[in-house]
Amino acid sequence: MATYPDPEHALTPSGNLRRRLVYNALFEGGAGFAAFLAVGVLLLVAISIAAHGLPVINLHFLTGSLPPPSGGVGGIGPALIGTLEMVAFVIAITLPLAVLIALFVTQFASPRVGNAVRMVVDVMNGLPTIVVGVFIFAVLIAATHGGFAGWKGIVALSIVILPLITRATIEAISRVPELLTEAADALGVARWRTVIGVILPTASPSILTATILAGARAAGETAPVLFTDSGFGQTTQLNPLHAMPNMPLEIYYLITTLNFQEAWGAAFVLLVLILATNLLARTFLRRAQRKRGL
Amino acid sequence: MSSSVPNPDAATTSPRVRLAEPGRAYQPAVAPGEQLARQVVFEAHHVDIHYGPKLAVADVNMDIYRNIATALIGPSGCGKSTFLRCLNRMNDPIPGFKLGGEIRYFGHDLYGATANRVEVRRRIGMVFQRPNPFPKSIYDNVAWAPRNLGMKQDLDARVEKALRQAALWDEVKDRLRQSALGLSGGQQQRLCIARAIAIEPDVVLLDEPASALDPIATASIEDLIHQLKLQYTIVIVTHNMQQAMRVADRTAFFSLDQNRTGTLIEYDDTQKLFSKPTDTRTRDYISGQFG
Repeated sequence: MATYPDPEHALTPSGNLRRRLVYNALFEGGAGFAAFLAVGVLLLVAISIAAHGLPVINLHFLTGSLPPPSGGVGGIGPALIGTLEMVAFVIAITLPLAVLIALFVTQFASPRVGNAVRMVVDVMNGLPTIVVGVFIFAVLIAATHGGFAGWKGIVALSIVILPLITRATIEAISRVPELLTEAADALGVARWRTVIGVILPTASPSILTATILAGARAAGETAPVLFTDSGFGQTTQLNPLHAMPNMPLEIYYLITTLNFQEAWGAAFVLLVLILATNLLARTFLRRAQRKRGL
Repeated sequence: MSSSVPNPDAATTSPRVRLAEPGRAYQPAVAPGEQLARQVVFEAHHVDIHYGPKLAVADVNMDIYRNIATALIGPSGCGKSTFLRCLNRMNDPIPGFKLGGEIRYFGHDLYGATANRVEVRRRIGMVFQRPNPFPKSIYDNVAWAPRNLGMKQDLDARVEKALRQAALWDEVKDRLRQSALGLSGGQQQRLCIARAIAIEPDVVLLDEPASALDPIATASIEDLIHQLKLQYTIVIVTHNMQQAMRVADRTAFFSLDQNRTGTLIEYDDTQKLFSKPTDTRTRDYISGQFG
């Protein structure tokens, strides 16, 4: 009944709680600072690229032919188109392979074989991209005395991207709840039907996100195309049998020819492209998931 | 199919036309009632279940009869769920799983060389402890298996029939295209039952189907079991003895021996098992003096 505050039962921190509260505040602050630092660096990069690159962006810059190697005015149109085409090819090659590898590892392989394949994928993931570039140069250009070609760049990029998508796809498929796989199995449906009807649709949002991130990575990778797809002309080249202009190398050339303005502009376009596909993909996936009630 | 439940589809879509050994296709003796209810579906002979070096269940001998509900009860870890999952080979993918002895299904060796695991599950459906609808629409949840098994004729009618049998039709008929994940837990579980019976299996195995549900949803599942056993053979694992008494015609009591190996202690008509158990361990368990 009594409503007076009893000092015996005070609710202010007592014992070592005061000390623990200090630690808590310290760790919270540290974590927040680290997060701020990461986002801050990203923002700094984005803002400086935008500040330098935005002024040169106009229709002519986006669609015009590349500047001559001697320097001078020009656009990035052919490089933009070339990179988009190469990324499309790379994804068309790596995504089906990655899904098949991931299905093999998670559904069909014995644990021992599965783990071995997993390890190989991880090792491939750590392969320096310049090594892949040199390897493809040695095999497809030096050994055959062939020239630079878009498809050789595509092969090199695919080798870089494949382990990335594969790893993410393995993770995505492993995260499909066993409840669902069991439910499908208990219906007396062949395993591959379960894979197509339940496992892949459930994992597809994560697989798609990984694919887009990998595509963005492919669009920006320089080393794999350096020795395989350089020496392109100034105009659009859609045929992968010839050297195809691409964004990373074009940015590289712009800087080596001291066209800094254009280099900033091209970097900005690449950044926007990657960010836009990312955001688009995320909203698209969100909507798809909501439609299925997830 | 028993004559008391006319099933016009049986001739064309029944799993029986796809039997691995057509010469031995099962033909019921048609006489309805008591005689039919005592046909044996499963015969377990000296069934031992190993997980690697561990003997999980030892020496189970029991016959499970057609068109009645059989309950498996017992304390946690006594192997009742393990045994149930052996009846449609759901334990096969578990590393180290090994089954000794023999389980016969209508006379066919369930684990024999000619028995296909996928076909086994097609005939022997299962409903799990936690409702596990696919992240698809209500309609697609039920229609998915029939579609994949080539039962595409009159799919709408098949879905409706399954949902009606699962006592869910009236609640979902206006939102068949909506996600199944929007249903309540009890509705989801009935949807899982509808999904299991949409392919007209012979047997429905229920692994503690109501343990994640509230009492009202539980009651509706129990009502449903009474309906389902007219057409299907039901085997249900339950923790809940009252539930076994309410739904099961026969009850098997599993328990652990001193090595913590599960085994079948007593198996009888439900009424007899609960009123006049012959084994002291059964008596202790049902009177709450266990462990």
